[in-house]
Amino acid sequence: MSQISAGAPKEKLASRTAAMIVMGVSTLYFLVPIWWLFIGSTKSREQFSSTAGLWFADFNLFTNIGDLFAYNDGVYLRWMLNSIIYASFGALLGTLFAAMCGYALAKYRFPGRELIFNTVLGGVLVPATALALPLFLIFSQFNATNTFWSVFLPSIVSPFGVYLARIFAAASVPDELLEAARLDGAGEVRTFFSVSRRLMTPALVTIFLFQFVAIWNNFFLPLIMLRDQTLFPVTLGLYTWNSQVNQIPEIRTFVIIGAFLSIIPLIIAFLSLQRFWRGGLGAGSVK
Amino acid sequence: MHIKNSKRIVALGVLAAISLTGCAAGGSGGSAGGSDAAACAPSDGKVELSYTSWIPGIDKVVDIWNKENPDIQVTVQTGPNGNGGTYKNFFNQLSAGNAPDLGQIEYDALPNFRVQDGLTNIASCKNVTESKDDFIDWTWNQVTFGEKDSVYAIPQDTGPMAMYYRKDLFEKAGIAVPTTWDEYAEAAKTIRTQGGYITNFPQNDVNWFAGLVWQADGRWFSNDGDKWDVTLTSPESEKVADYWQGLISTDLVSKVPAWTDEWNNAYNTGSDWTWISAVWGANSISSGAPDTSGNWAVAPMPQWKAGENKAGNWGGSSTAVLKGSKHPYEAAQFALWLNTSDEALTALNKEANLYPATKAGLKLPVLGDGVDFYGGQKIYDTFATAANETNSDFVWGPTMTQTYGDVADGFGEVLGGTGTLTDALKTGQKKTIDALDAAAIPVNK
Repeated sequence: MSQISAGAPKEKLASRTAAMIVMGVSTLYFLVPIWWLFIGSTKSREQFSSTAGLWFADFNLFTNIGDLFAYNDGVYLRWMLNSIIYASFGALLGTLFAAMCGYALAKYRFPGRELIFNTVLGGVLVPATALALPLFLIFSQFNATNTFWSVFLPSIVSPFGVYLARIFAAASVPDELLEAARLDGAGEVRTFFSVSRRLMTPALVTIFLFQFVAIWNNFFLPLIMLRDQTLFPVTLGLYTWNSQVNQIPEIRTFVIIGAFLSIIPLIIAFLSLQRFWRGGLGAGSVK
Repeated sequence: MHIKNSKRIVALGVLAAISLTGCAAGGSGGSAGGSDAAACAPSDGKVELSYTSWIPGIDKVVDIWNKENPDIQVTVQTGPNGNGGTYKNFFNQLSAGNAPDLGQIEYDALPNFRVQDGLTNIASCKNVTESKDDFIDWTWNQVTFGEKDSVYAIPQDTGPMAMYYRKDLFEKAGIAVPTTWDEYAEAAKTIRTQGGYITNFPQNDVNWFAGLVWQADGRWFSNDGDKWDVTLTSPESEKVADYWQGLISTDLVSKVPAWTDEWNNAYNTGSDWTWISAVWGANSISSGAPDTSGNWAVAPMPQWKAGENKAGNWGGSSTAVLKGSKHPYEAAQFALWLNTSDEALTALNKEANLYPATKAGLKLPVLGDGVDFYGGQKIYDTFATAANETNSDFVWGPTMTQTYGDVADGFGEVLGGTGTLTDALKTGQKKTIDALDAAAIPVNK
């Protein structure tokens, strides 16, 4: 920004226009599909294919929502609930573990510390998809596939969260403060929870959001693990429906409206945690 | 060295996390052994079966069984359609030893499961072999693979093909409903002069194309018990390819991707006049082209020789007893009930529009009604006839996903303006042989 304002007025205008165009185009790029989804959600099945995709026909949003919630004994609501449980509890526990691990790596000196950290960093590079099949085979050994835990337990592991937590703990928790706490007689666990955790809050929110989104969007692991549709998260449920569209064209409306409703919790999570999120990203990047 | 160590530690970490799970869920117990139950003996006491299917509403049908059979309780498990992930899951579960007792498998995927030894032979169940004559002839060959003393699945539904056409447009244009492929091509020219297309040629529905080859008495695969023969380029297959190549080259068919809005729109606006499709296509049209309600009718597929009565088939599933099931007898009983009893077939038709694979099922009362969208025509009569006119000798190969993909790539090039459908089949032929070879499946080269 400072560079732009330092330049000549003409250049300023040109670069600002260019920036606005780039931003405008990318905003459109991201919003048009959501707009399409919203418009699609408001249409009846007949009008969905016979009217223009980006503008309203008869407004049937609430009828569609009602039908969606009623279809198949309300299994869609069950999926949403599952997704919320997997994502919020998974992200909470994942954040806690990542924070403790990252904090320990940043603040304690012990043999093998760098090795552990590098291993965790390596974990960031392994895509979750690649681990799904090995996880399935291992869970099979314990007859634990097709259970809540088969999706939940792998979700609470977040190498990237550990990385962020370590960087942030190193930057924002002064050693002097920890020493003061120790002198005052606080144990290590209490120091972590009552002093360090507060200082690390922006990073923790960032980790939480990352993890929440990752679990919410996780598709491959549930696809491989789950067969009982009452355990499905909403992503897998919608995918399952979508694969049945050729057989039962009626489901198409439900897929559209279901997809639209399924992004709402993510929007809420982002909007309500946005200011922490920004702080967290900034702090991490400065260091 | 460093990297190696890291990997090892990741692996250890995963194991540690997993063993925690084991403790948490250890209660369920039980070993997943693969008992080769050649004998078809009932188990003692109450039996619980698991059944994986992606048919919408299948749980309601299974509920009927569970109420009537307190000693054989079936749990429904579900997932995306076969190629959407459920087949892959079956194979994963088979290798982990925890596959469900029963699974839905489409006819074109059965050979893959047979080749990979994923199915239980239930031929020793007396009422299974006795039910042979209940099923439409060609479906029985699909589940026995023509092997002696073998039944690897129970046919569930079929997709006999016929011609959906815009009755009103044909009448208005004064075109007689084509009964042969020659007449069909002639009609295509007339329709083109009026600004429409007779139909659409889809890139990705290779199994649709296979249905056309099926009607022409062509075969894409055969197996003499030792080796597979791949015959995508058989004379019958090439005859069908040449015919459609002619329509494509002279711009007599539209070329939009099937199952898209554009495609629905072509039918909804009356730009495309016919669709050679399976019985389940009836719903695809009525939902995709709602503005044309009442204007459609169904006629038998055009024939290669005037006076013949031959039909193809597109789609259909079976219910298979998967390898490792500890209760093949009970599983077979359930599969038989599901696919032969009037109450189950009626319920399956009501929930998911399944079209029965039994001869008696074709006469179900629900299939005898006229359908408003088709001007009140009793369209299922036409399909029932078609089901019985379908050649019994058609065989699917063990790597259909690959074959479909490679042929579809070739079709795509044709629709883009290069190559011919025959070239696409030749490439598909070669790549299929390579794929079988690579999978160590014996094949004649």
